[in-house]
Amino acid sequence: MATRYFNDLHNWLINEEFSSLRQARLHKAYVLWLNLIANPLALAGFLVVLALVLIATLAPLLANHDPILQDLTMALKPPSPINWFGTDEFGRDVYSRLVYGARTTLYISVLVTVIVAPIGFAIGATAGYLGGWVDVVLMRITDIFLSFPSLVLALAFSAALGPGIENAVIAIALTVWPPIARLARAETLTFRAADFVVAAELQGAGMGRILFRHIVPLCAPSIIIRLTLNMSSVILTAAGLGFLGLGAQPPMPEWGAMAASGRQYLLDAWWLTTVPGIAILLVSLAFNLLGDGLRDIMDPRNA
Amino acid sequence: MSIISVNDLVVSFGSGSDFKQVVKNVAFDVEPGETFGLVGESGCGKSTVLGALAGRIKGWSGSISIDGEAVGPKRSRSQLAKQQMVFQDPFGSLHPRHTIGRTLLEPLEIHGFDQRQERVERVLRDVGLPPGFRHRFPHQLSGGQRQRVAIARALILNPGILLLDEPTSALDVSIQAEILNLLKDLRERDKLTYVLVSHDMAVIAHLCNRVAVMLDGQFVEVASREQLLRGSVQHPYTRTLLDGSRGYVPPPKLAS
Amino acid sequence: MPEQSKPILSVKNMSVQFPTLSGVVTAVNNVSFDVGREKVGIIGESGSGKSTTGRAIMRLQPATAHVIADEMRFEDVDLLTASESEMRAIRGRRISMILQDPKYSLNPVMTVGEQIAETVILHERLGRRAARERTLAMLERVNIRDPQRVFNLYPHEVSGGMGQRIMISMMLISSPSLIIADEPTSALDVTVRQQVLSILDDLIRERNIGLIFISHDLNLVKSFCDRVIIMYAGRIVETIEASKLDQATHPYTCGLLEALPSLDRPRDRLETLKRQASWAEA
Ligand SMILES: Nc1ncnc2c1ncn2[C@@H]1O[C@H](COP(=O)(O)OP(=O)(O)OP(=O)(O)O)[C@@H](O)[C@H]1O
Ligand SMILES: Nc1ncnc2c1ncn2[C@@H]1O[C@H](COP(=O)(O)OP(=O)(O)OP(=O)(O)O)[C@@H](O)[C@H]1O
Ligand SMILES: [Mg+2]
Ligand SMILES: [Mg+2]
Repeated sequence: MATRYFNDLHNWLINEEFSSLRQARLHKAYVLWLNLIANPLALAGFLVVLALVLIATLAPLLANHDPILQDLTMALKPPSPINWFGTDEFGRDVYSRLVYGARTTLYISVLVTVIVAPIGFAIGATAGYLGGWVDVVLMRITDIFLSFPSLVLALAFSAALGPGIENAVIAIALTVWPPIARLARAETLTFRAADFVVAAELQGAGMGRILFRHIVPLCAPSIIIRLTLNMSSVILTAAGLGFLGLGAQPPMPEWGAMAASGRQYLLDAWWLTTVPGIAILLVSLAFNLLGDGLRDIMDPRNA
Repeated sequence: MSIISVNDLVVSFGSGSDFKQVVKNVAFDVEPGETFGLVGESGCGKSTVLGALAGRIKGWSGSISIDGEAVGPKRSRSQLAKQQMVFQDPFGSLHPRHTIGRTLLEPLEIHGFDQRQERVERVLRDVGLPPGFRHRFPHQLSGGQRQRVAIARALILNPGILLLDEPTSALDVSIQAEILNLLKDLRERDKLTYVLVSHDMAVIAHLCNRVAVMLDGQFVEVASREQLLRGSVQHPYTRTLLDGSRGYVPPPKLAS
Repeated sequence: MPEQSKPILSVKNMSVQFPTLSGVVTAVNNVSFDVGREKVGIIGESGSGKSTTGRAIMRLQPATAHVIADEMRFEDVDLLTASESEMRAIRGRRISMILQDPKYSLNPVMTVGEQIAETVILHERLGRRAARERTLAMLERVNIRDPQRVFNLYPHEVSGGMGQRIMISMMLISSPSLIIADEPTSALDVTVRQQVLSILDDLIRERNIGLIFISHDLNLVKSFCDRVIIMYAGRIVETIEASKLDQATHPYTCGLLEALPSLDRPRDRLETLKRQASWAEA
C-alpha cells in the first residue's frame, strides 16, 4: 500500500502537465531532490550541513554538560564516558561546547549570507543594467575590495571595529560581497538584452521590476552556488578571527577560539585542538561539496 | 489618417570610427487596419526600424507619429501600450522561470488594469490556448505554443499596432500556417494594424497589403501585394527576393 | 542523376533511442534508406528526427543514446561495427558534415586559411608554401573574391555564407564520397543561399558523390534535390522524386504542402495539419 502511495506521489511530482502553481513548484523541488540524491558527494555535503543545522537547533538536548560552567577540578581530562571529548583548561566539557559552537558557526554563516546576497546583487545588477559611468564607479569600488586578500581585509576591519561576533560578521561580509557583485553584474549583462527583458521594458517595466522580478530568478542559482562555495572560507575566516581573539569572545563557545585556546596544551591535551579542528574541516568541506554538486545540478548551462 | 507616420528616420550606432548609419532617411505611412511589410537581407536595418517604432531604440532622429501623436525616443506608459512587439525567437522571448500566467499578468500590473484573471483567460482563449496553460513554464511548451503566448502578451494591453519581427521564421511550416491564420483572424476581429518583418516573400504576400524592400538602410521599393503576386516589381533586388522564395534557381550554365 | 548500380550508404531498420527521466524516447524509429550518387533531401517538422538520423550515420550521437539497426553500410565499411578510430578516419575525410552554423565546425583559435591548409597538408602531402597556394586556389573556387584577406580571418570574423563556402572548400580537398548537410542555408539570406547552393551543387556533380540535405524548407528541397525522404515522428512516411513532390500521396506530405504560403497560389487561409495517429505507426 505504502509503495503504491509513493509511486503515485512520484508520478504526480514528475508529471509536467501541471494543474496548479503549487504542483509546478513541488515538481521543481522534487526534480532538484532527485538530482541531489543521484550525486553522492553532494548528498554527503548536504547531509553534513543538515546535521549542522539539527545539532545547532537541538543543542540543549544533545549537550550533556553546561558549555560555559567552569569546574577547575575537572580541568584537562581526556575523553571518557562522562566527557566524551574530554575537558578544557577550565574543566568545561568539550563535547557540549562543540555542540553549542555549531550555533555560532551557523549564526555567522546565515548572517553573512543574509547581508551579502542582497548587497552584492544590488550593486552588481545595478552596474550591469545601467552600464556607463555607474558601472565604472561601482566596479572600481568592487575592485578595490577585491584587491586585498580577504583574511587581511577581515582582520583590518574587525581590528578597527573591535572584537565581538557581530563585528566579525560585518568584517567577513565586507570581504565576501565583491565576488557576488561581479557575478551578479556578469549575469545581468547576459540577460539585459534578452528578448523577454526587452519585452518587459516595452510594456513599461521600470528598473526595479526588471532587476528584482526578471534578473533575480535567473541569477539566484549561480549566486546560491557561489555563496555555498564561499561558506567554507567564511567559516574558516570566522574561525581564524576567533583564533586570534577578534571574533566570538569568551566564554562563548566558538570552534576557532576553542582550537586557539587549546594550542598551549597541544602536547598534553591533543583533543582540545583536534576536535574543533575536525569540526571546522568537516563543515567547510561539506559546504564545498554541496556547492559543487549544486553547480552541477542547478546551473542550466551544464544541463 | 495614418496610424503610423514616419519621416526622415535616421538611426545610427557607435561613435568615432565605429560610427555607422544603419537606417538612412526612411519614410512611410501605415493606414489603420493595414499590414505593412519590411523585407531585405540580414543586417539591412529592418529590426532597427521596428525598434525605433516600438520605443526600444532611443538614438534616432526624424519624426515618428503614432495614432496621430508625435512621439520621441522616450515614451510614456500609455504611449508604450499603443504598440507591442512580437519577437522572432520563441525560445528567447519568454522568461524561462516565469509561468505563462505570471508573464501575462505583469503588463496588467504595470498598467493597473482590473479583472486581471479574466483578462488572462480571455487572451489565452483568443490565441487558442487552454486556460490551464497559465501554470506552465515556457520549457513545457512547443515553439508554436510559445509564439502564441508571445502574441497573447503583446495583445493583453489592447494595443492598436503589433510590430512583428519575423514571428514565424523559427517555426515549422504547419505551425507557421497556424500562426499566420491566427494573426489574420486577430487582425480582422480587433482591427489591428501590423508592421511585419520577414525574409520570406511568400509570407509577406500572404499577410501584407504593401511591402517596403530595404537594402542597406534604405527603401529601394514599396510594392503592393498585387504587384508581388503579378511579379510586376521594379527593382532587380525585389525580383531576386521573389525568385528566392520559390526555391533554388540553378544559375545559367555555359554549355559544356 | 538517378541511382547508379551500388548505393554509397545503405541503412536498414535503424532506430535511435534516448533514455530520459520519463522513459525511453525513440527519436528515430525503424528507418531504412539508401543514398546513391544523388542529392537526397530529408524533410519533416522540428523534432521528427532529421538531425538525429544524420548524426547517427556519422556515429556522433550523444553517449547516452542507443543506435540499433539491421544494417548500416557506407561503401565498404560496416558503420555498426567500425571502431572509434576507424570512425575518426572516416569523419571529415570520407563523410563530411555541414552544419547550420559553420562556427561550430571550425576551430575558433586558428585562421580559416590555416585550417584549410592543414587539410591540404594532410591529404595531399604538400609543403607549407604549396599548401597555401592551393588553399588560395580553393577559396577562389568557392567564389570568395578576396582570398588573401579571407585566409587570415578567424572563424568569428567571417559571415555565415562565407563560413559555409569555407566548409565546402575543405571538401574540395578532402573529397568525401558523402556529404551530410544539416540545414546548411537556413541562416543565410536568399542571395547568399543561391550562391552557396550552386557551389555545393557543382561539387556534387563534378565529383559524382552523394548528398544528404536536411531541411525544413519544402520549396528548397523540391528545387534542389533529386529525391526526398519525408519524416514524421521518427519514421519515414514517404520517399518521392523531388520533381513529383507536388503529386505526393501521403496526407502528411500533402498537409505540409498545403500549409505553405505561396506566391503562385495565393489563398486567404492556409490549411493546417490534422495529425493522425496512424502516420506515426505506418
Ligand atoms: N545596438 C547596436 N549597436 C551597434 N550596432 C547595431 C546595434 N543594433 C544593430 N546594429 C547594427 O545595425 C545593422 C542593422 O541591424 P538590424 O538588426 O536592424 O538588421 P535586420 O535587418 O533586422 O537583420 P536580420 O534580418 O539579421 O534580423 C546591423 O549591421 C547591426 O550590426
Ligand atoms: N540528447 C537527447 N536526449 C533526449 N532526447 C533527444 C536528444 N536529442 C534529440 N532528442 C529527441 O529526438 C527527437 C528528434 O530530434 P532531432 O534533433 O533529430 O529533430 P530534427 O528533425 O532535426 O528537428 P529540427 O528541425 O528542430 O532540427 C526530438 O523529439 C528530440 O526531443
Ligand atoms: Mg532582425
Ligand atoms: Mg535538426
